Amino acid sequence: MAYLDHAASTPMRPEAVAAMLPFLSDHPGNPSGGHAVARAAKTALEEAREVVAGILGCAPNEVVFTGGGTEADNLAVKGGARAQRAAGRDGVVTSAIEHKGVLAAADRLATEGFRVATVGVDRGGVLDLDQLDAVIDDQTAVVSVMLVNNEVGTIQPLTEVVARVRARAPHALLHTDAVQAVPWLDVARPTADFDLVAISGHKFGGPKSVGVLVVRDGVKLEPQIEGGGQERGLRAGTVNVAGVVALATALRITHESRVADLARVRTLRDRLVSGLAEAVPDITFNGDPAHKVDGSCHVTFAGTESEALLVNLDVAGVFAAAGSSCSSGATDPSHVLAAMGLSRADALASVRFSLGYASTNSDVATALDVVPRAVAQLRSVAAA
Amino acid sequence: MSERVLVAMSGGVDSSVAAALLLEAGHDVTGVTLKLWGGESDSGCCSVADVEDARRVAAQLDIPHYVFNFTDDFEANVVTPYTDAYAAGRTPNPCVECNRTMKFGRLLDRANAMGFDAVATGHHARIGRDAQDRPVLVRGADAAKDQSYVLYMLGQPALERIRLPVGELTKAEVREHARQLGLRTADKRESMDVCFITRGGKEAFLGARIDRAPGPIVTTDGETVGSHSGVDAFTIGQRRGVGVALGERRFVVDVDAPTRTVTIGGKDDMLRNELLVTEPVFAGDPPNGDEAVLVQVRAHGEPFLGHWRGDRITCASPQPRVAPGQVVAIYRGDVLLGGGIAA
Repeated sequence: MAYLDHAASTPMRPEAVAAMLPFLSDHPGNPSGGHAVARAAKTALEEAREVVAGILGCAPNEVVFTGGGTEADNLAVKGGARAQRAAGRDGVVTSAIEHKGVLAAADRLATEGFRVATVGVDRGGVLDLDQLDAVIDDQTAVVSVMLVNNEVGTIQPLTEVVARVRARAPHALLHTDAVQAVPWLDVARPTADFDLVAISGHKFGGPKSVGVLVVRDGVKLEPQIEGGGQERGLRAGTVNVAGVVALATALRITHESRVADLARVRTLRDRLVSGLAEAVPDITFNGDPAHKVDGSCHVTFAGTESEALLVNLDVAGVFAAAGSSCSSGATDPSHVLAAMGLSRADALASVRFSLGYASTNSDVATALDVVPRAVAQLRSVAAA
Repeated sequence: MSERVLVAMSGGVDSSVAAALLLEAGHDVTGVTLKLWGGESDSGCCSVADVEDARRVAAQLDIPHYVFNFTDDFEANVVTPYTDAYAAGRTPNPCVECNRTMKFGRLLDRANAMGFDAVATGHHARIGRDAQDRPVLVRGADAAKDQSYVLYMLGQPALERIRLPVGELTKAEVREHARQLGLRTADKRESMDVCFITRGGKEAFLGARIDRAPGPIVTTDGETVGSHSGVDAFTIGQRRGVGVALGERRFVVDVDAPTRTVTIGGKDDMLRNELLVTEPVFAGDPPNGDEAVLVQVRAHGEPFLGHWRGDRITCASPQPRVAPGQVVAIYRGDVLLGGGIAA
């Protein structure tokens, strides 16, 4: 068995599981309450907030816990744009390779009269900064550019994005979906000048359906979920205390062990890449290797169909992905690969192998045993 | 002998039970649901809810389940020809085209490439053997649910690789089997409509895709008795919606798309002694012209006797005109020989 789908979800860190268990058993309190039981929950919540703030490079009161990365993106993009409508700013700018959590939010804003512009990427999957310049102006309300792409693993030039947006679009809120970045980068640094930063627990060994939006002091957002005023009024609803505690623990462990994890994962990933390149003819690796995170191996196996290949890999115990999955479980043709200029046939022949902290030598060995044979089998029939 | 079988699971009861029967027979079974159309629709054949039903049944049976996204091919091979046919005054059969190009076209090819021995579906039809031990399609055990008509195009190479396990059962037996297994699809209602038309109905669907233009409604004598807003609303034999008040019952007897003329007439004007058939296909040898064969021109229509003449059927007795675009299926007894498309 080889789990090579860490970009979809990571196994939880054992420390994170251990940290959340007391809040599923011993501590039933609602952190919004006033008594001792509630206070125990509130204390845990605030301690977690401090841990997250310390690692993400913000103040504790700038940490807004959400129900995951998509929710954080929605709050940033919709909340940021809608809060500026009264001031007449109507421009929304995203990259073409954003996660659907950003793209769908921008689509929604377009139906409300916002001008939505999409900035392309080069063949390697890195943002075209000149295109960005061309679509931002002093009416731009929100600019959203991800830190690391979820399909091809490319790191986006956020420092340059900041410089250009601040120069040309002085009122724009800068949001980055950093969901895929946490295992690979010290997120605090590239996002230091961003107004809004989204992360998601399950991409770095935490639980699913818990995330963070960093909202810098002074940034105005229209809340997208209203109710009891939790999380500075930006995200109503009782906070998922167990999830938040586990997220903070996973974030801390990830941060502390990053250097060692990266060296190990990079070695594994490089072995996978070179092994595939040796064993499989007519293979292309996607995503500019000079701007790519260490866990990402994205491959086009020309002349195959990834839907069929992934089934045969699954049967053989190699678990990978293609494109981005929609709720039905079908694979939609990748908007990321299309933006990079891959042909439709090549996009539909592409597979993402994503490694993570839990990846092992054995995973890579299994993949190198299984994948070349599976590709050869599909190609032999297709050619017949 | 145990086979590796890929079962096309729509999320309905028939394909659920097809998977169960293959499993009970000792085969290595994998389920697949085809995403064929759109994303938002929640009532079509490939809606998220139906995928969930198929996935859940597969989990109950403890078999792997996948989803293949065939939306591009479906649009090109089923939906576009469907709208083109109506625009041309013809009456298409999209389920037939889906079987031809999707389930027993692309899916069968892909299953072959993936190393599966066979593809199974939940169609009510059976695969038998002729005197030369060649595979033949036979009507399903439940005459009222027989679906051999929509499989008229299957040749012997395809039939060798297709399994239709529920064809031996009546619909009631299928449901009972599903109930005994506790499958969540046991009492699911049957889908009857065109799967990709989920909202607003056929007229709105076609209206959004066809450049409609009005035209005259004339009688068989050439007298103009009314007008219509587009030929796509008319099918040969149709009674409703002709929209003109004449003394007796009127039928659409002809639709001429180039002149946008819809001709109406009485029942006798509908009758024909022969039926032109294009694109004929036969799994084995075509029937000899001397042989009286059974001809079926609607999915659950009553067959009539006729003779195959190479490009047409001569009817043993006059038959109502068949709408161009409809499937003409030819049987010997319960055995499907082949068929074609009404010209």
